[in-house]
Amino acid sequence: MTSGAFPTPVTPVEQRAPGRWQIATVTRIKPETPRVKSFRLELPMWMPHLPGQHYDVRLTAPDGYRAQRSYSVASSPLDHGEIELTIDRLDDGEVSPYFHEVVMEGDQVEVRGPFASYFVWRGEAPVLLVGGGSGVVPLMAILRHRRRTMPELEMRLVYSVRSAEDVIYADELDDDALVTFTREPPPGWRGHTGRIDSSLIAEAGLDSGTAFICGSNGFVESASGLVLEAGFRPERVRTERFGPSG
Amino acid sequence: MSGFLSRGFMGRRRTPEELRDRLPPGQYFESGFPVLTAGPTPQIDTSEWGFRIDGMVRRERELTWDEFHELPFETVPCDIHCVTKWSKLGTNFGGVSVDRLLEGVEPQGDFVMEFSYGGYTTNVPLADLTGGKAWVVTQHEGEPLPREHGGPARMLVPHLYFWKSAKWVAGLRVMDHDEPGFWEQNGYHNHGDPWKEERYWTD
Repeated sequence: MTSGAFPTPVTPVEQRAPGRWQIATVTRIKPETPRVKSFRLELPMWMPHLPGQHYDVRLTAPDGYRAQRSYSVASSPLDHGEIELTIDRLDDGEVSPYFHEVVMEGDQVEVRGPFASYFVWRGEAPVLLVGGGSGVVPLMAILRHRRRTMPELEMRLVYSVRSAEDVIYADELDDDALVTFTREPPPGWRGHTGRIDSSLIAEAGLDSGTAFICGSNGFVESASGLVLEAGFRPERVRTERFGPSG
Repeated sequence: MSGFLSRGFMGRRRTPEELRDRLPPGQYFESGFPVLTAGPTPQIDTSEWGFRIDGMVRRERELTWDEFHELPFETVPCDIHCVTKWSKLGTNFGGVSVDRLLEGVEPQGDFVMEFSYGGYTTNVPLADLTGGKAWVVTQHEGEPLPREHGGPARMLVPHLYFWKSAKWVAGLRVMDHDEPGFWEQNGYHNHGDPWKEERYWTD
């Protein structure tokens, strides 16, 4: 990676071939919430990703049955040789429960990536990040990368979660993040409650630039409406909707 | 193929036996209809909707909503496969085949760019849109196509990954050369055949 100044805005993803399956090693597992864990993976064929990109994960059973899913990278591309995947446990899924119930530190998992170059941050500013639930994961890659490369760059995160125990990356939410609790705020909470609304978007203090919105379909629909009302141009509003991805 | 096995993985979401050979590699069986869109959902009123075929054609064609619905309407039972890994099997759309839409147009090129309200594009060889392989649809399961799924009208090209079926479609541009569309410029495969697992550039 380059040092000092911000890394080149157009990353090597255009020139290199990221497509091959490789066997990564799980080096650290961090429980984030009762149903979310972060997995740090060491990759033999690592390449820098753009914040917002995803990896595919493939599981293979003894009889040859396979399941694949895509997961956003949560870490900054400055973490050389490794990536962090933050995985929400879906009860009726088969890949996320495997990660939650079976995978231990030292295990190997098959992955390939990084992929897709639309819902990615290339250094644009200012930036408004709007996340619902585990939709915060790719946004955290953007936020983490900005904190380590150009902390002065204008970027705010608006983050909607159900209750205090559902906050992912709780220890990393600083004054560049605004949290709202839709069901149960922590005791003594004096900040926002309820769904993201125009007053919360206004409090983020940005009315132009690039917006990244990620969450469930309903969340993205309503949040992108609010962001457009706040003055963002439609072509600068990038969305990613988390479908069932169990 | 590598001989890698995932320790302790037995697989849970097995596809029903009778559907198994309809599921392309790397896909899983999904009974819902997830929504995936790169930007805000456009709102297009059917009174303002139009469908246009232009570019390298002998005669351009432009249809209003009412003119479109005078064309022979078909119910299309199909399986759809999203590159994000879900497949929906045995679903029904209603619309007009591209073969019908191209009648009288006489395309002069072998490539097509589907273009949408909202700016989305996706490129498809003309041969993948003709011969009963593609439709412009305005109904899903007998109901008007919901806006979040591309209503009032979207492309349906079920033999390719579903990003090749442009939502909120506004028309087809015939070209004498191939050109990458939106996702094709952003890391996804130029052709997108799910049976060959053509997901990303390097596949």
